[in-house]
Amino acid sequence: MIDREILLEKMKTSPYKPMRGRIIEARMLTDKEKFFRVELEGKINLHHEPGQFVMVSIFGFTEAPISVCSSPTDKGYFDLTVRNVGVFTDRLHKLGKGDVVGIRGPFGKGFPIDNMFGYDILIVAGGLGLVPIRSLIRYITYNKNDFGHVQILIGCKTPQEFLFKEETQEWMRRSEIKMNCTVDKADPDWHGNVGLITSLIPGVDINPARTYAVVVGPPIMYRFVIKELLKKNIPEHQIIVSLERRMRCGLGKCGHCQIEGIYVCQSGPVFDYSQLRNFKGECHEKAV
Amino acid sequence: MKYVVINKEDLNKWLEYLKKKARLYAPKKKENQFIFRPIKDVTEITLKYIPTILPPKKYYYPQKEKLFRFQAKPFKTGRAIKAFEEYILFAVHTCDIAGIQCMDVVFREGPEDPNYLNRKEKMIIIGIECLEYCDKYANCTSMGNHEPRGGYDLMMIDLGEKFILHINSAKGERLIHGLAYIKEADDKDMFNLERVREAKKKVFKEEFNASLIKVYEAFDKHFAHPVWQDVGRRCVACGNCTTVCPTCYCFDTTDEMDLSLNQGIRYRIWNSCQMDDFAKVAGGEDFRKGRDGRQRHRYYRKFKYPVDKFNRYFCTGCGRCTRTCMAEISLVETVNSLLVEEGEPK
Repeated sequence: MIDREILLEKMKTSPYKPMRGRIIEARMLTDKEKFFRVELEGKINLHHEPGQFVMVSIFGFTEAPISVCSSPTDKGYFDLTVRNVGVFTDRLHKLGKGDVVGIRGPFGKGFPIDNMFGYDILIVAGGLGLVPIRSLIRYITYNKNDFGHVQILIGCKTPQEFLFKEETQEWMRRSEIKMNCTVDKADPDWHGNVGLITSLIPGVDINPARTYAVVVGPPIMYRFVIKELLKKNIPEHQIIVSLERRMRCGLGKCGHCQIEGIYVCQSGPVFDYSQLRNFKGECHEKAV
Repeated sequence: MKYVVINKEDLNKWLEYLKKKARLYAPKKKENQFIFRPIKDVTEITLKYIPTILPPKKYYYPQKEKLFRFQAKPFKTGRAIKAFEEYILFAVHTCDIAGIQCMDVVFREGPEDPNYLNRKEKMIIIGIECLEYCDKYANCTSMGNHEPRGGYDLMMIDLGEKFILHINSAKGERLIHGLAYIKEADDKDMFNLERVREAKKKVFKEEFNASLIKVYEAFDKHFAHPVWQDVGRRCVACGNCTTVCPTCYCFDTTDEMDLSLNQGIRYRIWNSCQMDDFAKVAGGEDFRKGRDGRQRHRYYRKFKYPVDKFNRYFCTGCGRCTRTCMAEISLVETVNSLLVEEGEPK
């Protein structure tokens, strides 16, 4: 329906214009990933859902979609973690405390936390997948009594690539969370599991009907992890994933993020597997 | 008063009048093709033309659109376009009007796009109905766009010595109001209009080998059809088909700085899903690798996805993609190949 009054009002402002975000903390987490804590003007809250993303602007270098890795329960600021992979992120890595970036958003659909109330949670994070997942873990640990058993599996290629080392160690120490880490390739200092993250799944003890599995990682990881989760009889709609796509607007217009008829920036980035399964061919994250 | 008439010898007088009302864009000849241009001399306008190289989308969805003005230090953003000016698109074919209707649906859907909506608000459309095919590439009849279906302020139909004008909005009414040489249509004019429309039925025939609903069903079934590989093999990924399409609106953004390297403007520029990096993410994964998948995506964005979402086909039947394709990929042939497997050739 067209309400002309509303339409005319909307025509006066632009959703393309970013807000001012000041970096209040910045540090390297690994060789390639940098952590930023950002404060919006007036310390207003971003009001995001765990799993949503923002468009970060650097004037002169356009924009990029970046996952928010803090929980909405962290007030007055939000966190981003960015790997240096291209022109934009390289420029972003050069910024530090006190510098200003543009922020639009939050965009998309986050993890279905309301539906997850009262369920057991199995979190599977591979590599950079831990970044968006951190928003959920922080939310769950803050509101722990809303959820059942929480198990977290984290995997990455080498021990050097582990993100949020201190924080994961703290999660490890907590009695209400069960956590397990693995690396594809160990070094002499590593005392944990060695092997692909899929190797940890057969061993987890879950009640499938009562469990929400949340999986975030590179496309190849989804294919194998989801297969293992389905073997565990977790219902398809309780397997939650977050997809990475190229995005230029966040408004469901620019077309880059489309999977068939779906705009990931608006309908995603979080999907459940019953949605994913129906994609015919443009979704690299489907189980093998 | 729904219909009025104007004698052809008075047309240029009316165009002069329109030119004073607002900026006037109309089709004119450019070498052996046609283009929409701002009109200074009304005698340059041609009313008998095959679809212009670019649809009039360049005026309501510019190839390079200012989004906002910025300053890096201290951080500041501001409006880049102070005021949108009123303009008249003159002699627009019904296929291109259908294209504007498609764009309306897209940009009105929340989150609304203020740049498009502001330009649309200032647009006055005067259409012209085709009484014969432009050339062999059009498929407007199958798409149902060979006849006016709303979306215009005035629609002109050639009745020989005069044009009959259908008034479809108050904006349109204002453009003919109080002009002595524009008169109310009489019974004879209305009879002639009916006659012209009858004659048209003999000329315009469905170009696809089946009805549109069958075409939709074919697209629903044939995501893995060999025709996509065939089209992909021939495609050179130049992106011409999407550039000339009246319903393609994918874009990229770019920042342009002034010499201070502190201030600049963020633009959005047309982009094409046929470009090989269109769906590639920073880490290197390409989610629509291969020209076959990218061509299929283009077709599905005309015949399947928008039908599911808006109950609207995003092919207008203008034939531009076929006309412009260097590899001679024909839209009608491609769609008909999908239908052959259905066992329903006419």
